[in-house]
Amino acid sequence: MRPLTSGLEWFGELGLFFSRLVKTAMKPPYEWRELIRQCDAIGTRSLPLVALAGAATGVVISLETRASLVRFGAKSFLPAIIVFSLFKESGPVITGLVMSGRAGAGIGAELGSMRVTEQIDAMEASAVDPYRYLVATRVLACILMLPLLTVIADFCGVFTGWIANTLAEPISLRLFLEAGLKQVAYSDYIPPVFKTSVFGFIIGLIACFQGMRTNGGTEGVGRATTSSVVLSSLFLILADVVLVRLMMLFWPNR
Amino acid sequence: MQTQKKSDAKESPIQVKDLRKSFGAQRVLDGVTLTVQRGETLAVMGRSGTGKSVLLKLIIGLQTPDGGSICVTGEEMVGAGIDKKNEIRKKMGFLFQQAALYDSMTVLENVQFPLNRHTKISDEERQKRARELLAGVGMEKDLEKLPSQISGGMQKRVGLARALALEPEILLFDEPTAGLDPITAAEIGKLIVDLQKKHSITSVVVTHDVRGARAFAERVALLHEGKLVAEGTFAELHESKDPFVHQFLQNQETG
Repeated sequence: MRPLTSGLEWFGELGLFFSRLVKTAMKPPYEWRELIRQCDAIGTRSLPLVALAGAATGVVISLETRASLVRFGAKSFLPAIIVFSLFKESGPVITGLVMSGRAGAGIGAELGSMRVTEQIDAMEASAVDPYRYLVATRVLACILMLPLLTVIADFCGVFTGWIANTLAEPISLRLFLEAGLKQVAYSDYIPPVFKTSVFGFIIGLIACFQGMRTNGGTEGVGRATTSSVVLSSLFLILADVVLVRLMMLFWPNR
Repeated sequence: MQTQKKSDAKESPIQVKDLRKSFGAQRVLDGVTLTVQRGETLAVMGRSGTGKSVLLKLIIGLQTPDGGSICVTGEEMVGAGIDKKNEIRKKMGFLFQQAALYDSMTVLENVQFPLNRHTKISDEERQKRARELLAGVGMEKDLEKLPSQISGGMQKRVGLARALALEPEILLFDEPTAGLDPITAAEIGKLIVDLQKKHSITSVVVTHDVRGARAFAERVALLHEGKLVAEGTFAELHESKDPFVHQFLQNQETG
């Protein structure tokens, strides 16, 4: 019974947190400078990590599918399969999970330690709303940056997919892309990319929420960081299931 | 009635009435009534865990009381909306126990932070003003360092400069001399007295340090088990027959 009530309590508090965030973030003044700083911290600095994760995924997909397609004598589908699986699912989800580790932990730990060292109190005491200055900027930066990072991951994956493919059986990049992209419509590409905005929202909101409600000193900061990553990854995967189903409704497969 | 209240506010910028606050089953403040006169320094003393710091955080609205009223410069803090609270907060400065400097910003940026958000002057003027404030607390060097790179005493000075940035009418100090060596503590104490004389600010100082409080406070409020047990000048407190007051002053003097 207790875990159930505390779980419901958590959702209630998250709801209140979100409504307070929306209320304060809607009104000017907007914190443009801090938003840009956060976009840099969350977006630009995650670029190498996300690119590498995308690249690794491309190689793995290429190696794995090649073996099975050769067995069925359908290896001409290989470029299309690599592109499809990266664009539609692997790219967005890998980016989301990598970012829930990097940005989720970063935000959770930063806000958590600001909370326990009274820096957030200090901010409130000098009449600055931390929801506007700290939370809104981070959540928005996550929403904006995730799709961009996903695009990078997608294309890195396609590129390394081609490399892995061409090492086994030489094919020019142009031919590979042509074969891969011929079948791809915008509706295969655009919705999954923007799906990651929802992932970004989940990561930003949960990490900020866990960070802001930190208590209990250094240990509390550790708990806030762990729970930011665990909960944001969990809700990200759950949201993915719902979003994939929704996208099938709005953009049905031809 | 309204004008009466206004003139009261002129004389006593902080009026706390029947303030109550509990954390779970623990009653931290149990009906505290307190008035601070304009330009005076009131020391709030008592044993650890008697809700002294909580009192300060309630006054600036970082926590919400369970009951009672807090009037700051004639305006009610309890139940006020965020915008209203922020208006009142701009008239107050708060020095935190551990200084609570923003650790991602340099010393100079820390002091500039409130100026950036609440003043309409140019960036150069803000920087000039921040430098003046820091010079006023004896920080001429190390302005580009991060808080983690300077000593605890220096952090307190920077915290004080930041608290003074918006030229507040009221200053709240949470243990300004705790955790500092006696010499630095005395320096910070002297700084508080000097600033008071220069700006005639109304201050509330939460402290354990009886000797320090004698130097900078005109009056003392003594809290015990969530209640105000004594209020007055040190001379008046020494006259008190209350055994706790007696014991508190005695122990602190000798220990």
